[in-house]
Amino acid sequence: MSINANVNPGAGGISGQATNKSGFPGKAMSLKNAFWLLGALFFLVGLAGWADRLTNGHRDANYGSIVTWGLWVAAYIYFIGLSAGSFLISSLVYVFNVKRFERIGRLAVFTAIVTLLMALLAIWADLGHMERAWHVLVFPNFESPMAWMIWLYSTYFLLLVAEMWFLLRRDMVAAGAQAGGWKSKVYRGLTFGSKNVSEASTTRDRKIVRVLATIGVPVAIMFHGGVGTLFGVVAARPLWNTGLFPILFLLSALASGGALLTMITAIFQDGLNRNRDIVITLGKVILGLLLLDVLFQISEYLVAFRSGIPGHIEGLKLIMGGTYWWVFWIWQLGLGTLIPLLLLVLPTRKDARWVSLAGLLIALGFIGVRLNIVIPGLAEEEINGITQAISTPRMTTQYFPSPTEWLLTLGIVGLGLLLFGLGEMLLPREKDPVRFTELAPEE
Amino acid sequence: MSNSSDETSTQTGDTAVTTEAKPLSRRTMAGYLTKIGAGALAAVMSGGMVVTMVREASAQTDGGTTQKYRYGMVIDTRRCVGCKACVVACKAENKTPPGVNYNLVVEQAIPNRLDDKPLFMTKPCFHCDNPPCVGVCPVGATFKRSQDGIVVVDYERCIGCRYCITACPYGARSFDFGENYPAVAEKTAYSAVPSPEYGQFRQREEEKSPVGNVRKCTFCVHLQDKDGKYDKAAGRWPACAKTCTGHAIHFGDFNDPESEVSQLLRENQAIRLKEELGTAPNVYYLI
Repeated sequence: MSINANVNPGAGGISGQATNKSGFPGKAMSLKNAFWLLGALFFLVGLAGWADRLTNGHRDANYGSIVTWGLWVAAYIYFIGLSAGSFLISSLVYVFNVKRFERIGRLAVFTAIVTLLMALLAIWADLGHMERAWHVLVFPNFESPMAWMIWLYSTYFLLLVAEMWFLLRRDMVAAGAQAGGWKSKVYRGLTFGSKNVSEASTTRDRKIVRVLATIGVPVAIMFHGGVGTLFGVVAARPLWNTGLFPILFLLSALASGGALLTMITAIFQDGLNRNRDIVITLGKVILGLLLLDVLFQISEYLVAFRSGIPGHIEGLKLIMGGTYWWVFWIWQLGLGTLIPLLLLVLPTRKDARWVSLAGLLIALGFIGVRLNIVIPGLAEEEINGITQAISTPRMTTQYFPSPTEWLLTLGIVGLGLLLFGLGEMLLPREKDPVRFTELAPEE
Repeated sequence: MSNSSDETSTQTGDTAVTTEAKPLSRRTMAGYLTKIGAGALAAVMSGGMVVTMVREASAQTDGGTTQKYRYGMVIDTRRCVGCKACVVACKAENKTPPGVNYNLVVEQAIPNRLDDKPLFMTKPCFHCDNPPCVGVCPVGATFKRSQDGIVVVDYERCIGCRYCITACPYGARSFDFGENYPAVAEKTAYSAVPSPEYGQFRQREEEKSPVGNVRKCTFCVHLQDKDGKYDKAAGRWPACAKTCTGHAIHFGDFNDPESEVSQLLRENQAIRLKEELGTAPNVYYLI
């Protein structure tokens, strides 16, 4: 593989967008336009949410001292799951040498970075004192699963950024030399002046990536299992207090992250034009993961219902028959599980468009899963009659997110979409990709 | 996690120590080395025992022998008339904003009771011996004071994540959303009066702690003297107990066998809430 051949994909990718516009004007472009429009719209309305959060603190939020975590915490565990999931899928390429997914490896790592940023923004907004977020690094209490998690995130974030840099270094150097204009400047800045595009340097990069990705796998498992642990150890909340929770979190991360990646693969990096086979294979992967997740969910519900401990089934009853029954039955089970399962099992499984739709549905369905973890787990009186003891909206088991909460969350989604879109534009295409699996050292 | 099982495991650890130690001394094993060997064997055999002993030893230094006072309450629900004077007294003393309640009076109908009197139960923070709220705090902002067992919040350290609220099985913690009663919101003279909480005398300001913090009952810790003592006669006594019209709330030091609360515990059958969680509350109820 000559250096020139490797330089071209980077540059080709950038001009490739123009050729693609004419080459494939149909679906992919309109989806991309819709993506940008949505991103910009969400980001702009989100500004109103941020403005209110920053000027009025938590006064306009609807959670209280009983349902004390709301939409923002649910959004946070959703995004963090997407991040862990897409990172673990990328490890198929960089740790386990699965050639099939090589073309989307970098896309997956990039998705993990963006969703991690979104998660951290959501949980940051949720803090009573945003300006004290650094306390967790300076005064950690390692008895708390939350402290473990924060340290693991920080490690994970640095790993991700380093891995991404080494994955892109040579392509960025090449693109910086060829692209011209503002992009060239951006690339040159991002490479910190590195100019080496030799085969040897690439081999070195890939070796480093492999080490980083290998470290990243247990870190990702620990931190997302850790989020499950964070909930699982709370003995006061029977719905959360089960040994399955860390495992359920991991599985749902993998399923939702994989699903998101399926959809992304269908839209970006030339989308369905080139990634049809990857989308179809990813469809098989997410089918397996989703089924495994369903199995664990059933196990959890079955044991809880059959043993009938009031505290425990109280929460499950809320999920299935409470004010928000439809989140479980229609959103989570119908749209997020049954329809995608059918799409992935029926002959539609061979059509990349249907498979990517299934991915979209699963990814959206898991929002319902996250809401149904956080809110019903809290929406119980810990002491009977406590909500009647005083009349204040902060002491109630009823919760519906306020406009500020919705707007701010949309804003984070919008920012995520924009960041992703921008990054993806700069992400060199892997038209003729450097075969990671070939360059990787034989061990 | 480990906190919740601490009490029960400590006890089993205790019995294991005594049964293991006796045969050793009876057999009058010669030599120091043998003893160490047997000790190690015993430790291996009884698994977590060593851990339990270490935990117990640290508990002794933290809260056992050096814990000068063990403040708590005995609340006689038979004497409670449900007037909620304790709620108001607490509000007046600590100047808590709307939505922040250090205590509440819960009312429950008792089925098949002839006189229809419901059960009234006033509920402060229980200042548990194994507080689940403390372990989950990511920054160590809430802790159990080593000298008297009172669970407090460091308002300057707390980041407002509210994990402790989820972890408390008794609903004893509230988040300060920054809302105000009209007298404070309209900046009347009352709004200038600081809250004596923790002896910090904070004046309520937007976005300044304790706004954005988790808050809880402190047993009116600001009323202690330098030695950590309360004085009922001088009025330095938790506001709820001081004001209780039915004399239902009894406050005192469980370390002092002659205190009113210790006597009440000796003479009555008391219960604690959710014992199964191993929190070991320091507030007892007589029913």
